Amino acid sequence: MLALHGLYKAFGANQVLRGVDLTIDAGEVVVLMGANGAGKSTLVKVLSGYHVADDGVMTLAGNAYHPVDARDAIRQGIVTVHQAIDDGVIPDLSVADNLLLDRFASRDHGLWVSARTLRREARQVAEAMGMTLDLDARVAELSVADRQLIGIARALAHSPRLLILDEPTSSLSAAEAERLFNLLDRLREQGVAILYISHRMTDIRRLADRIVCLRDGRVSGMFDQKPLDLPGAVQAMLGQTLEATAIQPVAPGPAVLELHDIVLAPGSKPVSFAVGDGEVVALTGLLGSGMEALVAMLFGQRPLSQGSLRLDGRDYAPNTVSEALARGVFLAAKDRSVNGVVADFDIADNMTLPFLKAFSTGGLLRRSRQRQAATQMIERLGIVCQSPQDAIGTLSGGNQQKVMIGRWLQAPCRLLILDEPFQGVDIGARHDIGRQIRATAKGRATLVCVSEIDEAIEIADRIIVLHEGCIAGEQYNQDIDLGVLAAQAAGHG
Amino acid sequence: MAEPGAFRARLLAFAIRYGFLLLLVGLVLYFSLAAPGFANPRSAVFVLQSVAITGILALGVTTTLVVGGFDLSIGAVATSSLMLAAYSMVVLEQPAYVAVALCLLMGALVGLINGLLIVKCRIPDLLATLGMMFLLIGLQRIPTQGNSIATGMTLADGETAQGSFSAAFLWLGRHRFDLVIERLVPVPVVIFLLIALAIWLFLGFTRHGRLMYAIGSNARATALVGAPVARYKIAAYMISGVTAAIGGVLLAARLGRGDIASGNNLLLDSVAAALIGFAVLGAARPNAFGTAMGALFVGILLQGMTMLNAPYYTQDFVKGAVLVIALMFTFYLSSRRGPSMRH
Repeated sequence: MLALHGLYKAFGANQVLRGVDLTIDAGEVVVLMGANGAGKSTLVKVLSGYHVADDGVMTLAGNAYHPVDARDAIRQGIVTVHQAIDDGVIPDLSVADNLLLDRFASRDHGLWVSARTLRREARQVAEAMGMTLDLDARVAELSVADRQLIGIARALAHSPRLLILDEPTSSLSAAEAERLFNLLDRLREQGVAILYISHRMTDIRRLADRIVCLRDGRVSGMFDQKPLDLPGAVQAMLGQTLEATAIQPVAPGPAVLELHDIVLAPGSKPVSFAVGDGEVVALTGLLGSGMEALVAMLFGQRPLSQGSLRLDGRDYAPNTVSEALARGVFLAAKDRSVNGVVADFDIADNMTLPFLKAFSTGGLLRRSRQRQAATQMIERLGIVCQSPQDAIGTLSGGNQQKVMIGRWLQAPCRLLILDEPFQGVDIGARHDIGRQIRATAKGRATLVCVSEIDEAIEIADRIIVLHEGCIAGEQYNQDIDLGVLAAQAAGHG
Repeated sequence: MAEPGAFRARLLAFAIRYGFLLLLVGLVLYFSLAAPGFANPRSAVFVLQSVAITGILALGVTTTLVVGGFDLSIGAVATSSLMLAAYSMVVLEQPAYVAVALCLLMGALVGLINGLLIVKCRIPDLLATLGMMFLLIGLQRIPTQGNSIATGMTLADGETAQGSFSAAFLWLGRHRFDLVIERLVPVPVVIFLLIALAIWLFLGFTRHGRLMYAIGSNARATALVGAPVARYKIAAYMISGVTAAIGGVLLAARLGRGDIASGNNLLLDSVAAALIGFAVLGAARPNAFGTAMGALFVGILLQGMTMLNAPYYTQDFVKGAVLVIALMFTFYLSSRRGPSMRH
């Protein structure tokens, strides 16, 4: 269906694509893997008409393919669902408007918008996708997962020949992801070629016909023998083998955080557990498991409805973020671009933001001390950058995430909460972060919230599975049966 | 291949960083050669004096821009302050220090209300301060039935106002300090430089300033590191209100009467200075040094043109042109620099 040969693309002095060769057949799902900065996003942008390649040949169904812009790419049958969900939807418009948005942008569409035709066509699109949303609802009122599905549904409404999906499941629950996979299976049978970008092993196992690895702007590996060689693919993507990460669970010290009869969802059974000194506990569960509520309660953003919390044996009921910080509870929040990164700042300022008081004398900030602290953390976490004065926007996603984690490792704390610390992070950076968390775990309790069970196993001494606000399973991280944990998370435990 | 590309990138970076300051130096050189009498201390002080009041207001609006807001009410606060100073001295017959204190208090109060409307009632900045602007423009006319205030004016009850602007108050607007030459530097210029220095230090070099920039860039992330975001926002509007009130006091002291029509241009001129400041040193964000330079740039340009006999009615056009060019410097050039740095 699509063939690329010798594709080159540079931005200024920065050569991003260095001769990419790739073919995708009709009815085939190709998973594209690559570390942050390998050139995945650039490749996708060239295919979807946002960038023009400097050199190379592209053919689509045997004809030369040279999209002049994004609309032209869609017209020729290459449709892309981008990773950033909110780039794809207009929050102030209704679901129906959003589903048909690109038809309004087409010159073939007349001047007037008829409400009846709009609803009829939108319903067709929604039904094809198996969506049960209220078409008149405003998108701003929907969950992230629903917004993601709208973006995907709109892409499918173009009957694409090649569908490109960039980490489409990053904000979907398992049930919603399964619905998407079923849909992709149907498309595959209809002969649509699919280019699927993901770091998630569960997605890759479920979908891939073939894995293509990208490294430093070149294809560094191709795997099409069943069963697919996932460790081999990871190695091709990183250019090195990762040391085994089998974890020796640490015997926990005295309890630092204790939960007594906390109710995470209205009407669900109260939850009690404790996290000890030096222990890393992973909480895992799907959307709606109550993890979000628990993090908000622990960090003073949501009042306790019932039960009590204790920190170091003393009552703990924070009402504000600063009360939580004063007791030594730190949170590295999820969705770093919304909740963490200050885009206008450099690395040093981003990293030291919570502790500016400690970096100033008499009200005046000491830049040199900020830089010094940032430089140390850059070394510890292996952040790839020129200097601590680099703007945070110049870093790749994985390195930005390292800055966000490093921010909360600057000072000792009693409880460190990491909410989805591996979101949008490649496997290499994931290992760096995990190693640093475990290396510093002594002297505090660590709570890591992840929706991927694979990630929990990589980092935790103990894993607690939540399902609809209740504890569905709890296990020390040794000889773990993935299937059992997955079943517990899905509520069949 | 890479060489010319890298050279162009460096040239672009240089243009973004120093372009505006070079333009300023070039302008000064040109006027010094073309307009006899431009390059002397009296002329320099005259430029400073002409920009002092708009500069002070612009520094306040810079503070609100830093936290991601915008204060449209500064012009109205300044004229209200001017009217209040005149009213308290001429009609209420109060001494100078009471008049000044009342004005500063009024500025702080307006800033507080602006901040509360924005933070607590969640009214967008532009709309809240636009509403406040209308409110103040109306309010300042009510006590005097829409008339200007001067000694000897007739009051509502038919009596004549007996009070007058005290000498101490007029000193604020008219006194000149000796500096090498006798009676050279006017008080407003000194106050402008002091406020500029204070706000430059506060925004650029204190942790409070750093947190305010963080709020402007990502308020949610800043709240999650424990910063009192609402309080900082309110503080920014209070700073803006107080600086605008100071501007009004200085204007009143210079004019020596409560002129209802003065200060018409204050809002647009000071906003322009703050926005021109984005372009200075390639900051691409509000900053006190840039704002002061922006105000100076406009002042020098107007002074030089006046000395070259350009008619006064071309002034607004020139200011507009400078603003548009500065915005191009900031946004177009830095957007060209942007993509090459990302992957």
